[in-house]
Amino acid sequence: MSDDRTGDDGAAVVAAVEAVAERIEEERDHLTQLDSAIGDADHGGNMARGWAEAADAARDLDDPDAETVAKTVGKTLMGEVGGASGPLFGGSLVFAAGELDEGITSETAVAFAETYLEKVEDRGDARVGDQTMVDALTPAVHTFKKSIEVDDLDPIEALAKAVDAAERGVAFTVPIRARKGRASYLGWRSVGHQDPGATSTLFILEELLAVAAERLGVDVPEAAATSPTIPDEDPDEAGDDPAADPGDD
Amino acid sequence: MVGLVVVSHSERAAEGIAEVAAEMAGDTRIEPVGGDGKGGIGTVPDAIEAAIDAAAGGAGDGAGSADGGDSNADGVVVLVDLGSAVMNADVAVELSDAEAVIADAPVLEGAVNAAVAATDPSATIESVREQAEAARDIEKL
Repeated sequence: MSDDRTGDDGAAVVAAVEAVAERIEEERDHLTQLDSAIGDADHGGNMARGWAEAADAARDLDDPDAETVAKTVGKTLMGEVGGASGPLFGGSLVFAAGELDEGITSETAVAFAETYLEKVEDRGDARVGDQTMVDALTPAVHTFKKSIEVDDLDPIEALAKAVDAAERGVAFTVPIRARKGRASYLGWRSVGHQDPGATSTLFILEELLAVAAERLGVDVPEAAATSPTIPDEDPDEAGDDPAADPGDD
Repeated sequence: MVGLVVVSHSERAAEGIAEVAAEMAGDTRIEPVGGDGKGGIGTVPDAIEAAIDAAAGGAGDGAGSADGGDSNADGVVVLVDLGSAVMNADVAVELSDAEAVIADAPVLEGAVNAAVAATDPSATIESVREQAEAARDIEKL
């Protein structure tokens, strides 16, 4: 590892933020359209404005490390993105940024992802199945962690799997009923709508993957979230489960 | 002494609620904060953090009374209106160096209750929060 490793990480995060800002701008109308069905039709505009400001703020930093960029972006999002998205995307980033104080490695990336998820869950008081960004974020973070820690995959492959998991999570928001946020006021009428926050979370992850792959000079791998290591024994059947399959092999 | 912060999506609502609560507040410090910082509806964590610090006595210039310098060092109780204001206040509480808690209470009734509770010489951040949260049970008819 060279001494400028930390500086490289900072530049990588700046590049990622710029890519996210560009992507969210492209998807502005799409996100607004999703939000107008179940919310107040401001997600696209708010996110586009916030990420554009965040990219400007990140570019203005003088040779920053990864933590500083993440913190600056979080602070900017908190101030610029209105509604719940400000504290959820921005506030969580400010706190998770601390996990990157020694640069970006597989280990710090997992810690960052876990802290970010924890903050989003606590702040929004949302869990999987509430039709929120948590439905995309949770499977992504869990898949990333398992891919690194259990399956011993390289970080790009792990991130590609996380993106696939997030994509499945976004699809999962469609048939369920919103239990948090403004969409929850609609009750059953929220069923059938894709959650805007889960969707923008997926876009952000896709851009992180694209930038990470580009900077490491590798192609974005085709990855399904499913595990390459299926345990020999189904943990659910390990005990005395009377409902277990009688085993007709 | 315990300080209070009133957070609303509307700056004018926050100021109005603080005005009502101040009637009962003696010399308790009440800081209103609200709006998106651009004249619109919303809340901003940095502004809430500044209000918490001010209510805690950090940024105040009106001190120097008989109570002594660190009269608001007993912490800050934060009253909030709805939705993202709660989340932004939560972020601000975590960011601030002052000891602060959010009361799970209706913002106006809670602010009035908290103001009364804070005038008690033995008031603590917990006793003030408790009284603010008791406002949930206020019956009007």
